[in-house]
Amino acid sequence: MLHKSPVTSTSTATVGKDNKHDSAERHIKGTALYIDDIREPQGTLHLAPGYAQATCGKIKNLDLSAVRSAPGVVAVLTAKDIPGVNDCSPAMGDDMILADGHILFHGQVVFAVVATSHLEARKAARLAKIEIEETPPMVTVEDGLEKDASVLPPYEFLTGSPDEIIKSSPNQIVDSFHIGGQEHFYLEGQIAMAIPGDDGEMLVHSSTQHPTEVQHTIAKMLGIQDAAVVCECRRMGGAFGGKESQAAQWAALSALAAYVTGRPAKMRLDRDDDMIMTGKRHDQACHWQAGYDDQGKLTAVNVEFNSRCGCSADLSLGVNDRTMFHADNSYYYPASRILSRRVMTNTVSNTAFRGFGGPQGMVFSERMMDAIAIKLGMDPLDVRKINFYGDEGRDVTPFGMKVQDNILDELVSKLENTSDYRNRRKEIDAFNKKSPFLKKGLALNPVKFGISFTLKHLNQAGALVHVYTDGSVQVNHGGTEMGQGLYTKVAQVVAEEFGIDLDHVRITATKTDKVPNTAPTAASSGSDMNGMAAKRAAETIKERLIELASKLYQVDKEAISFAHNKVKVGEQEIAFAELTQQAFLERVSLSSTGYYATPHITWDRETKDGRPFLYFAYGACCAEVTIDTLTGEMKVDRVDILHDVGKSLNPAIDIGQIEGGFVQGMGWLTTEELVYDDQGRLRTHAPSTYKIPTASDIPEDFRVKLWKSNGNREDTIYRSKAVGEPPVMLATAIFSAVTNAIASLSPGQVPQINTPATPENILRSVQDMKKRDRKAGA
Amino acid sequence: MRQSVKFLRDGEVVELDNVDPNETLLDYLRLREGSCGTKEGCGEGDCGACSVAIGSLKDGKLEYQAVNSCIQLLGMMDGKEIITVDDLSDSSQARRSGELHPVQDAMLRHHGSQCGFCTPGIVMSLFTLYHAEIEADRNTINDQLAGNLCRCTGYRPIIDAALESCTGKAEDRFREDAKARTTKLNELDDKEDLFIGNEAKFFAAPASTETLASLYEKHPDAVIVAGATDVGLWITKQLRDLPKIIHIGRVTELQNIIDNKGEIIIGAGVTYAHAKETLATIDPDVAEIIRRIGSTQVRASGTIGGNIANGSPIGDSPPLLIALNARLTLQKGTQSREIDLENFFIDYGKQDRKEGEFVSKIRVPKLAENEVFRSYKISKRFDQDISALLAAFRLTLDNSKITQARIAYGGMAGTPKRAELTQKALIGIDLNAPETWENAVQTLEQDFTPLSDMRASADYRMEAAKGLLIKALHEISNGKVDQQGKQTRVIGARANDVREAV
Repeated sequence: MLHKSPVTSTSTATVGKDNKHDSAERHIKGTALYIDDIREPQGTLHLAPGYAQATCGKIKNLDLSAVRSAPGVVAVLTAKDIPGVNDCSPAMGDDMILADGHILFHGQVVFAVVATSHLEARKAARLAKIEIEETPPMVTVEDGLEKDASVLPPYEFLTGSPDEIIKSSPNQIVDSFHIGGQEHFYLEGQIAMAIPGDDGEMLVHSSTQHPTEVQHTIAKMLGIQDAAVVCECRRMGGAFGGKESQAAQWAALSALAAYVTGRPAKMRLDRDDDMIMTGKRHDQACHWQAGYDDQGKLTAVNVEFNSRCGCSADLSLGVNDRTMFHADNSYYYPASRILSRRVMTNTVSNTAFRGFGGPQGMVFSERMMDAIAIKLGMDPLDVRKINFYGDEGRDVTPFGMKVQDNILDELVSKLENTSDYRNRRKEIDAFNKKSPFLKKGLALNPVKFGISFTLKHLNQAGALVHVYTDGSVQVNHGGTEMGQGLYTKVAQVVAEEFGIDLDHVRITATKTDKVPNTAPTAASSGSDMNGMAAKRAAETIKERLIELASKLYQVDKEAISFAHNKVKVGEQEIAFAELTQQAFLERVSLSSTGYYATPHITWDRETKDGRPFLYFAYGACCAEVTIDTLTGEMKVDRVDILHDVGKSLNPAIDIGQIEGGFVQGMGWLTTEELVYDDQGRLRTHAPSTYKIPTASDIPEDFRVKLWKSNGNREDTIYRSKAVGEPPVMLATAIFSAVTNAIASLSPGQVPQINTPATPENILRSVQDMKKRDRKAGA
Repeated sequence: MRQSVKFLRDGEVVELDNVDPNETLLDYLRLREGSCGTKEGCGEGDCGACSVAIGSLKDGKLEYQAVNSCIQLLGMMDGKEIITVDDLSDSSQARRSGELHPVQDAMLRHHGSQCGFCTPGIVMSLFTLYHAEIEADRNTINDQLAGNLCRCTGYRPIIDAALESCTGKAEDRFREDAKARTTKLNELDDKEDLFIGNEAKFFAAPASTETLASLYEKHPDAVIVAGATDVGLWITKQLRDLPKIIHIGRVTELQNIIDNKGEIIIGAGVTYAHAKETLATIDPDVAEIIRRIGSTQVRASGTIGGNIANGSPIGDSPPLLIALNARLTLQKGTQSREIDLENFFIDYGKQDRKEGEFVSKIRVPKLAENEVFRSYKISKRFDQDISALLAAFRLTLDNSKITQARIAYGGMAGTPKRAELTQKALIGIDLNAPETWENAVQTLEQDFTPLSDMRASADYRMEAAKGLLIKALHEISNGKVDQQGKQTRVIGARANDVREAV
């Protein structure tokens, strides 16, 4: 199962190579430092959060006397201790760092214990007596809808007159299903350590995707200038969106403890607390109807997504907008209404999760394709293909952007062949006829994912490159490393630019005092933006070096080039390190910033007009599953993936993103089930009850290939494409294959099934099909 | 009596006389030693980020097993060797050699890490597989890694690294000086009772049943710990103070497995890992159920005795053992008594165990010639998940007629319980006449009123329970499974068993 690099540009020495993750050796040795591994400064204190057992209501009485007198306790923080603004929200000002007066969900932090050890803090936190005047919680989306509760106004895309067209179409379908949420389950839980400095300054190590936001939150909380706070993040032990906005609260609490006590303070959430107190992927109730002709071609689509946002807005605007931007997935909707309601509930505020709402949009469109195919008795792949975006007239999305870089016809045909889709379809039909209990299903689903932040101002990045006189290079940029290999890719870009070996480039921790005012590392845009910013910084220095060499050696600038750690100056070659020495002696600056703002983005949310994405990333996945109709158990037998990353910056890392993203998406749609009780308390708050995929869940036969691309048609960094999120949605093929397997029980009937396809959901759907089959037969 | 804990680190004996009974191995490594290569991911022995290798002598031979250090008590390490990721490449010895361990090297070349947080645990898990000296296939690797969650890679590169590096022969420096390590471990095995602390707060690890019995009689409020895969969580999650801990891991008599003609006798201190091979001879389904209990790490420390004694309604082994009609020996002081295992479970959280009484062994009868057995586990995830329900069927056959039935379910009631009425309804049924099964299948509704929880709803439990009975009857009537078009399981297919052909 070894993967060979299919994309190797002849013109690059470092870019496009299978370089190892910059920390790979430290990972396998256990020497990569995560925040909890950094040697603590003497006297470091530890925090633990405290919360009420109730879900929502007014705090009647908060008795912390037992907490304060518990062993090791140095301080107990409440909202009163906050000198500035009690808010850790990304934008709307509606997320309290510490509850003040009311609680809105089970697990909301009411106080924080500061103690001399982690264990003492945790033990003390359980001694609080919190009396809540409880009000009945809104737990489900339906509860919220009933009370007309929302965190943000609804938003809608409308093209044509979908309702009328559906009515007059040859065929109509109406359906509802529920799309489950997902816990991030980053292996390293939320953590931060704050170290107080001179004159009220604060250095905060935070496991965050958004150091700038952590900096701003802390400055605002303490009532000090942004310039007095530095946030640093060398690496995260996974994030997946869960540390985009929701890392801030723990960093803020650490900083508050450091501010109150004058001592370094660290907060590491226990896994259960982490799962109870931090948001998840938005689960959504999806109601839709569609019209289509006898060939399965859509005439119009009307879909509404009712999204459980939880108790505050957090990133729900962007997340749910992206559900809408991807409700078409790869398909042309001649007329459509796409509505998203951002429902408020008394549950933890849901947040970014790899795909950022896109997966929910796509799982709907794929269910629609499956349903139409079942109704018409067609192969689902044929229905998909007939609805793909096409030429002029069939190339405009429901939000008005033209799809101009579509490669799905070719890509899907290729995968159809290499996966042997048609033959396997026949084999599966034969198997299902003979097998009494086990049924197989097959699906081949496409992905089209828009790249760029849909919030325009986030599409900017900065970098800082230092060349030292010995020829070594230090790179810093605004992106954070969460395992995705961003640091490696950016280092490759800089090494490429200077024509030096990768091990001469050292990439250092992301830090707000090196590169300020950064965007979060999100929206798959990390290497697109930071790679470009770093390239520009390197180019600036390189231009200075060329000018210098041209002057010193009296050769034309065009005759100067950089490769193999050397600089070719006309006919002669000098070591790169020699030229950098000369630069110092000649008083030429060897340091530069670089800046990049993604071009061509014109989206205006108010007018619903313009172009939200620079380009689309494409991929497709063919999945085969077997279900057990007696128990609902399901096994993924084989998966073939073909995915487009443009000209890959690093094929090994890209393959890793594709495989990992796919498996994470598979978990979302199969075993990962969030269960809340009727009081809105999460019952699945540890890996013992919340089941992410393990080694045996991945398909035994797992074939992942990169699309042989001529490069991104947009001028991205070395013509590569973003890869972080799109592969997650390849997993819709698993859900479609399950649907396909269940549908074999009663041809023509669309199985009712929600995600995730747990054994219970599959068995319920199977039994429902059998009932309907009996009725139909009677 | 010894008043210190002794174990091997980096080839040298470490002796500690200040061991809190509740101190975990992970806290010792990270907080006391400052060895931060080992990570905490969940604190409940589920994610495997804290995996370390424990070396011990099994029948005189040095054996390495991966365990979850977050729920292992430091005192339990007495007489063992502890190897962490730091020892592979960051200890004084490793630094001198400068080489990566073969499993690390394979992980590196296959791009087996992304965020890197689970990686040290995975490396240690693979280290123990490397030392198992077997040619690891995909299934073995899946099993080995079931207790190591990775959220980034999707496992494929890790599996490839394992396939490449765990090929049957261990040739690392740990193997090179295995002899010296074996000698040191032999020296540590001094057969002395271990007791650290005072009468009010102690960690004890008696070396004989006699000391164990008398100590527990004196301190019936103490907590007996075998593998700590459950008790560990009382400490790390419930934050309970357990002042008195008695660890049974050093009691030799409790470590025995006796394979008699008609029955297997398992000491209460025998781990799942060690019991599996012998119990597997009863029926392949017994092996499969044990394979799916916890993870490699959990099975390396957890014991069947512990699973029974803690009385969990979701324990996977009790329904299996009840269907097999296992009997339990309980000891108090010098007295012991034997009871049917099913009578041990009185009610939810309540067992027939008197003050100062402990489980000493379990007798498991083998199947008779005319008996067939089937067992199934249903969980959201196949590996390392707690069952939503577990069913075990033992049927006595006269040709195609069922003459006796013994059926037990877990997850269907407050305790593991037999389906009494269904058993009766099955008697006389002809396996060749599937149309006669329905009544017995529906009778399950009279036997059980399951509950809903986060693992499954009551409805699902009942429907799946029926499905499993149908499956068992179908499989047995077929005699052979996995025939073309008659495959009956999505995982864990049984080898064909001609004996059962009806």
